[in-house]
Amino acid sequence: MNWGVVTPLLIFLLFIFLIGIWSNRKMASSKSFLADYFLGSREFGGMVLAMTMVATYGSASSFLGGPGAAYSIGFGWVLLAMTQVATGYFVLLVLGKKFAIVTRRYHAVTLIDFLKERYRSTSVVLLSAFSIIVFLFSAMAAQWVGGAYLIQSLTGMSYTAALFIFTLSVLIYVIIGGFRAVAMTDTIQGIVMFLGTFVLLVAVVIAGGGLPTIFAELIAENPNFVTPYGQDGQLSAAYISSYWILVGVGVIALPQVTVRAMSYRNAKSMHRAILIGTVVVGFIMLNMHLIGVFARPVLPGIEVADQVIPLIALDVLPPWLAGIVLAAPLAAMMSTVDSLLLLVSSSVVKDVYINYFKPEASFQHVKKVSMGVTAVIGIIAFLLSINPPELLIFLNLFAFGGLEAAFIWPIVLGLYWKTANKSGAIASMITGIVSYIGIHFYNEAYGDLFGVHTVTVPVLLSLLAFVVFSLLLKESAYEFPKTTMKKDA
Amino acid sequence: MKGSDFNEDWRFKAANREAIVGCVLAAVNILWWFGFAYGLGSKPPEEYTYVLGFPAWFFWSCIVGYLVMVVLVFIVVKFVLKEMPLEDEDESEEEDSA
Repeated sequence: MNWGVVTPLLIFLLFIFLIGIWSNRKMASSKSFLADYFLGSREFGGMVLAMTMVATYGSASSFLGGPGAAYSIGFGWVLLAMTQVATGYFVLLVLGKKFAIVTRRYHAVTLIDFLKERYRSTSVVLLSAFSIIVFLFSAMAAQWVGGAYLIQSLTGMSYTAALFIFTLSVLIYVIIGGFRAVAMTDTIQGIVMFLGTFVLLVAVVIAGGGLPTIFAELIAENPNFVTPYGQDGQLSAAYISSYWILVGVGVIALPQVTVRAMSYRNAKSMHRAILIGTVVVGFIMLNMHLIGVFARPVLPGIEVADQVIPLIALDVLPPWLAGIVLAAPLAAMMSTVDSLLLLVSSSVVKDVYINYFKPEASFQHVKKVSMGVTAVIGIIAFLLSINPPELLIFLNLFAFGGLEAAFIWPIVLGLYWKTANKSGAIASMITGIVSYIGIHFYNEAYGDLFGVHTVTVPVLLSLLAFVVFSLLLKESAYEFPKTTMKKDA
Repeated sequence: MKGSDFNEDWRFKAANREAIVGCVLAAVNILWWFGFAYGLGSKPPEEYTYVLGFPAWFFWSCIVGYLVMVVLVFIVVKFVLKEMPLEDEDESEEEDSA
């Protein structure tokens, strides 16, 4: 075992546990368990809000998969990755203060709470809970696998042992700390990522002999690396641009992101978060993917592209620094898993169990059930990840796009269009998910429809379905409550 | 009641305007990103010019594009976004589950 690398990692994990314990003690003094466990009592300031959004979004895909893709594809993939700068400002501006005000009036703690009050329909609630549980659970389990691989490559442990350690640390952490703990560590993890990617980029450029040498070697190997079109010229402008929907503006519909858009303390925190978020997300994406491309002349011939970041860090940095820098992808995965885990268990506990089985549950009962469900879901994810079934990998493939196609219009139009109603929402969610699955299979068999990413067409179709059904089965225009709703016990 | 109606109006109106600003920012971002990437990057790589070590298309589209967005976002945050209460004034503290 490489103790020079592992020691800083362990210190980092220990530090994160301490934050969880601190958050737990803070929660004990809070008045409302649900709002605190799942939402941190809506008290986050600008820095925490920005970082928790960046860290939740910057998952294993951006820290291992993204740079890996840049390594094999070249600057075309860096261009694609930069579509994500929009997430920094778009989500908070568009959902914005109206979402914050309305969810406070509703006492909404989850995305489904909002949809439930807005559309007053059991079908909408069950349909959303179902999509969240299925899609996010698979997305989460895939991160589990990624986390275990990373620990394995750093320590040389067996996959199962690495998986066990990863599961245990995530579970203890989420169960004791809840949303506040997750958001607090997201902040620290965000800062580690911000500094870590920068240090690594500088080290890679130095190791590669400076930019002109690196570019000369890239062009010598394959001139397509420095074009926007990919190593074989396979990326069309339309295809790359369609990522604006998948990882740019469409992110507004991911439940793990929307829940954060209701968690801030006041307008000032939101303003700061927009600025910090844009700076941080752009900086991290740019650095991370440049590292991927620049690693090519420094370490040619890496077989598994996902290993580019760990391998290049171990190669160009002294061990202790590599340990700290590699804490960044591990941190990214942990925080993504943390928040997804919390979200899936909130769907089970709040949206299904309390809504339909036990509305009069006591404070202590809710607390026990929340922690229990979180633990059970984590253990199921662990068991599935030991030998990931194909269904899991398959569901994860379109978890994000599927959720975006399902939720984007019920959220956005529910907020800004008075005529939006439950028929439109149900039609839109079904159309989004079904057409996403259909087009996914079509694209696999015949190549991308219209040359764009799978998510594009379903997002347009679900908009159409929403508008048509809302108008066809018209109800009286919706008015948001003028004051905070009275809670019925 | 009249007072709270008026109150509601200005906050939601301001929020709607800010949402539109968000869309405009995204549109500017996309146009800048697309224009420089494919405007300068479509020729064969032998003809590329370089700025500060990077191919010009990438430098203008991704690096300067990012900085431009940061500046625009700063301007929006500083001069366009409105300070407003998110809570209703008459809100009483309540237990979540009685």
